[in-house]
Amino acid sequence: MLTLTCPCCGLEAAEIELAPGGEAHLVRFGPGSSDAEFEDYLFNRQAAKGPVLERWRHAYGCGKWFLAARDSVTMEVYGTYSARLPQPPEEVLTRIRARHPGWQVPA
Amino acid sequence: MSETSYEPVTPLLGAISEGALSVRDAGPTGMIAVRGDLTDPGFTGPVSALAGCALPGVWRASGHGGRELLWMAPDELLLLMPYGEPRLAAPTLQAEFDRQGVHALVHDVSDMRVRLIVEGTHMREALARLTPADVSPAALPPGSLRRTRIAQVAAALRIVSEEQAEVLCFRSVADYAFRLLGGAARNAPDFEYF
Amino acid sequence: MSTRLAKGGRFVDRSSKIRFTFDGVSMNAHPGDTLASALLANDRLLVGRSFKYHRPRGVVASGAEEPNALVGLGTGPRFEPNQRATTTELFDGLTAESQNRWPSLEQDVGAVNAALSRFLPAGFYYKTFLWPRAFWKHLYEPVIRRAAGLGKAPHPESRDSDSYEHFHAHVDVLVVGGGVAGLLAAKVAAEAGAQVLLIEQSAHWGGRAPVDGGTIDGMTPEAWVEQTLAELDALPNLRRVARCMGAAVQDHGYVLGYERLTDHAPGTIGPRHRLWRIRAGQIITATGAIERPLSFAGNDVPGVMLASAMRDYVVNYGVTPGQKVVLVTNNDDGYRTALALHEAGVDVVRVLDARPMGGGKLMEQLREQGIRVDPGRAIAKVSGGKRVATVHSCLADGEGNVLEDIACDAVAMSGGWSPVVHLWSHCGGKLRWDEAGAFFRPDPERPPTGADGLPMVIPAGAANGELTLRNALEDAVIAGKNAALKVGREVGEIVAPFGEEVAEAALMPLWIVPTKATPDLRMKAFLDYQNDVKVADLQLAAREGYESVEHAKRYTTLGMATDQGKLSNINGLAVLSDTLGEAIPQVGTTTFRPPYTPISFGAITGEARGELFQPLRRTPMDAWHDANGAEWEPVGHWRRPYCYRRPGESTEMAVNREILATRQSLGLLDASTLGKIVVKGPDAGKFLDMLYTNMMSTLPVGKCRYGLMCSENGFLMDDGVVVRLAEDTWLCHTTTGGADHIHAHMEDWLQCEWFDWRVYTANITEQYAQVAVVGPEARILLEKLGGMDVSKEALPFMTWAEGTLGGFPARVFRISFSGELSYEVAVPAHLGREFWGRLLELGAEWDVTPYGTEALHVMRAEKGFIMIGDETDGTVIPQDLNLGWAISKKKEDFLGKRAQARVNMADPKRWKLVGLETSDGGVLPTGALAIAPGKNANGQRNTQGRVTSSYFSPTLGRGIAMALVLDGPQRMGEELTFTTDDYDPADESKTTLRATIVSPVLYDPEGARNDV
Ligand SMILES: [Zn+2]
Repeated sequence: MLTLTCPCCGLEAAEIELAPGGEAHLVRFGPGSSDAEFEDYLFNRQAAKGPVLERWRHAYGCGKWFLAARDSVTMEVYGTYSARLPQPPEEVLTRIRARHPGWQVPA
Repeated sequence: MSETSYEPVTPLLGAISEGALSVRDAGPTGMIAVRGDLTDPGFTGPVSALAGCALPGVWRASGHGGRELLWMAPDELLLLMPYGEPRLAAPTLQAEFDRQGVHALVHDVSDMRVRLIVEGTHMREALARLTPADVSPAALPPGSLRRTRIAQVAAALRIVSEEQAEVLCFRSVADYAFRLLGGAARNAPDFEYF
Repeated sequence: MSTRLAKGGRFVDRSSKIRFTFDGVSMNAHPGDTLASALLANDRLLVGRSFKYHRPRGVVASGAEEPNALVGLGTGPRFEPNQRATTTELFDGLTAESQNRWPSLEQDVGAVNAALSRFLPAGFYYKTFLWPRAFWKHLYEPVIRRAAGLGKAPHPESRDSDSYEHFHAHVDVLVVGGGVAGLLAAKVAAEAGAQVLLIEQSAHWGGRAPVDGGTIDGMTPEAWVEQTLAELDALPNLRRVARCMGAAVQDHGYVLGYERLTDHAPGTIGPRHRLWRIRAGQIITATGAIERPLSFAGNDVPGVMLASAMRDYVVNYGVTPGQKVVLVTNNDDGYRTALALHEAGVDVVRVLDARPMGGGKLMEQLREQGIRVDPGRAIAKVSGGKRVATVHSCLADGEGNVLEDIACDAVAMSGGWSPVVHLWSHCGGKLRWDEAGAFFRPDPERPPTGADGLPMVIPAGAANGELTLRNALEDAVIAGKNAALKVGREVGEIVAPFGEEVAEAALMPLWIVPTKATPDLRMKAFLDYQNDVKVADLQLAAREGYESVEHAKRYTTLGMATDQGKLSNINGLAVLSDTLGEAIPQVGTTTFRPPYTPISFGAITGEARGELFQPLRRTPMDAWHDANGAEWEPVGHWRRPYCYRRPGESTEMAVNREILATRQSLGLLDASTLGKIVVKGPDAGKFLDMLYTNMMSTLPVGKCRYGLMCSENGFLMDDGVVVRLAEDTWLCHTTTGGADHIHAHMEDWLQCEWFDWRVYTANITEQYAQVAVVGPEARILLEKLGGMDVSKEALPFMTWAEGTLGGFPARVFRISFSGELSYEVAVPAHLGREFWGRLLELGAEWDVTPYGTEALHVMRAEKGFIMIGDETDGTVIPQDLNLGWAISKKKEDFLGKRAQARVNMADPKRWKLVGLETSDGGVLPTGALAIAPGKNANGQRNTQGRVTSSYFSPTLGRGIAMALVLDGPQRMGEELTFTTDDYDPADESKTTLRATIVSPVLYDPEGARNDV
């Protein structure tokens, strides 16, 4: 059972206080987008083995959504950060790259 | 008729579970939920004024004598006051924000939650049976507050003193929460951990 | 015979006697005994039958690793099967029964399996499927079923009468194991200032050291333990809990501890078990080591026991399993048992040491006592049925030709020790092979890691492969220091206490005894006692191609019993690797999975049983419903009245009465469960336009509008009436089950996508009690209450007003889900019960009738209104339900709009909503399929529609239904054939119903009843 620190309120929350929200940093495609773009937005997910960027909500807590960089193999948490950020902050990237040199945010 | 002639009743009707550790329904309490920018004096000023106390820090409570402010989220406070007052106070506060052009949401939520008071020795042990949150004195000293869950429902735990805690939970599960806390208080009353 | 010795037994109180019964026979014991030691003291060697062959089995071990001595404990609501006698602390009045035997332990019919054992080889359970079916059904299955299974389940009607609880603890350092290594590691960490929790699975502290001897800083281990416990208890930041097993180590330092509080003292107030849910910064596993059995023929005959267990019984309980004992060993530690037995006055008739040169100093000590040691020898076979009678000795490195028959009544076997690495391994810790000790030990290079990516488990002492007292103590100090450092404490120089014991000669790995044992011997050499897996079985599995250890495990069931292979694991791996001709580390181990030993369902459940099994959400009027015949229906976690039955009424009669009364006069529905979410802010209108398919920003203040919400993939997820409260404020009603997830959905978009939009939401569902006042007399009732103008002119359909109604602060919404004149009135929840009572009181003159969810459903179906969860199932779009009118064409975007433009969403072949009237007036089953000609690729009947809701309409006097049908709206008047619940394609005439497609709006289509 994971623990994640909510960046919005500072609490260290147990997994049973959190609600998962799937992959982070999806770019929304609405009306006018091509079938391929929309399909990608709606269905195609990384499901990577290794570092993953995820959405979590501090549901039994402050109620805020946040993002977490986590390793799906080792469960290491590289950091949590604001849901408003378009990509992980530098310090999180640095921690990921310390384990996975050259790692890039998936396109 | 302009004002109700009926008595408000909480779902627990003032129930008490006695023992070395008691659990009781605190009875109807006035509560106002306020959402806004906690860093904007235009928002915090009127809230503070109404509560008669300073803004609480993160996951803290401030105020006393039944007029208190609880930090519920980075953009939400819960104002406690005598039952009945919010009926006028909430729309008045909302109107003031609207007039000043302050983006905020104010709502009377007096009937939405119940307050359960857990009092006695080993109060922390009773809470620790039900919540995954760290309720040790170091993590949750008197004056602090944490929203978490007790067993299967959402709850806010507020530590008033080493012998007293308040549990706020939704009205519909008041009976469940009361039985939970009563059971946790009765089970192994001598068990001391903290 | 197996008996109590004249002296000894550090755990038992000889001054006092207690009684217990085993299979109905009453016996004596002392306080401090385990059930196993007490049975042995009473010469009960035979305690159970094995799982597959029903072979007679006796106690093999003295702790959690015991595979054989499983019993049923207690009676009635406290009966529990499969309890280990070795870890069951005895109390006066305990009742135990043997299991896996029928009709009795002595005369067991299942033992015929043993005679058939040649026909029950590895993979038996898979291979039997090849046998003719009938052969099984009539001949073997009835007998096998009777004889199969391990233990029996408690009576299905019995309810556990004990209580259980959870306890959440957050600590810096958790130490699992209260032996000398655990005590020392805990002391070091705590003295450095860390918050330490120390748990020990047994009732005793100090582990094996007091039995195994040696000295610690010149003291006996027992004295050192006593002194250390006193030191620990003086530390305010350390807490120790006995009878608490470390059951599981999981991600991010989450550990489950299983504390047994009252098993040894029934009648004590308080919970029976406590499940500790521990979050630890560092976990020290000082879980010791377990001795390995030796794999010789007849190693399962009662009286054959681990050497260490025999030593435990002698030293701890003053009990000997035999009077004439043979020791067979491949290492020096076994000699400690021979010495202990000799010292207790038990005749050690022979030591068979497989090592060609025998052992070291311990052997010399034994020989000095005049006991004969045969080096290079081992056991070919043990004979005896329900008790050891003879050991047939042989050359250890031979085929098993018998050299000598040695009469004896017990055999102590020692195959070396294996560290208990379970907890290290649960969360990914890897192992390395230790050649010298012939065991797997934690690999410090590959530890389990925590949230910070750093090691979170530190093994200590024997659990880390440090089997000598001196090394174990030094290792424990290192573990304690490391743990303290890792949780941010400072640690100075610490000198480990000095452990001293007799030096041991090297062990000689010995996996099959004798090494070249003939097949008939290997057929009787057991690896896994509980699952009856023999050396021959594993060899067969290897020959049949099960080369992966995980496959071989499943094929043979090695290590899959309740003991999880604590004794069998390494021996089984060694046999497999030997057969495959590979080194043990190349073959590897199977995965260790939690829990370490089985834990009770009660402990897992904790408080969640009976009325606390699940939270039950109650409305403010719940008590009234309960007192007035409510038949409950769960909706989400709420309970809502399905109907209110009056005396003498059936459910159907009550529903029909409620509907007719409402349509004819006046009904009341408790609608408090409907979700209510306030949405406010300068961008609230824009936000709601994105959220709903229709336009909400244009809704005038004072008005209500029905709205649909779709998920981003276009499917309908919720519906409800939206109310504009003020210029920048809306109130969104959701379905009963939808309030929480719709609120979460709103916050998701506001926080993650449109975070610059200025909108606040609040889920105020529970602030209000809401009552639907429905029927032709609805208005007159509200007028009687007084205080608000609810006339047609002042409060037309789809408007709302706020005021005081009969003295209650109220919001009145003129909306209808029944087609009748209807008002929904919201009052503060604390006044809800009072308001409901007032409506009943004042409505009596119109025979006001409270109605439940079923009447609500029927009335909405009569009007063709859809219900989320009935007409929708996560694959239905609004267009399927002819709700295109509620989808804005003007809006550039809303959630789900792009998805609804996908090709398959616009497919004209999508099934569409219609109404149905049954041809014979009957009621179609919900979910019934409309049959179409022909069959599909799977040979199933083709379908062309399905019933989404179906009811008897008392208003119309016939069965009505809603259905999604291919081309439905274009097929009005057409009759279709629907399946019934017992549909049989071979007999369609009797198992189908006919129904005609009609408009879904079956009642008052022009809406006249509401327009008053
Ligand atoms: Zn938070």
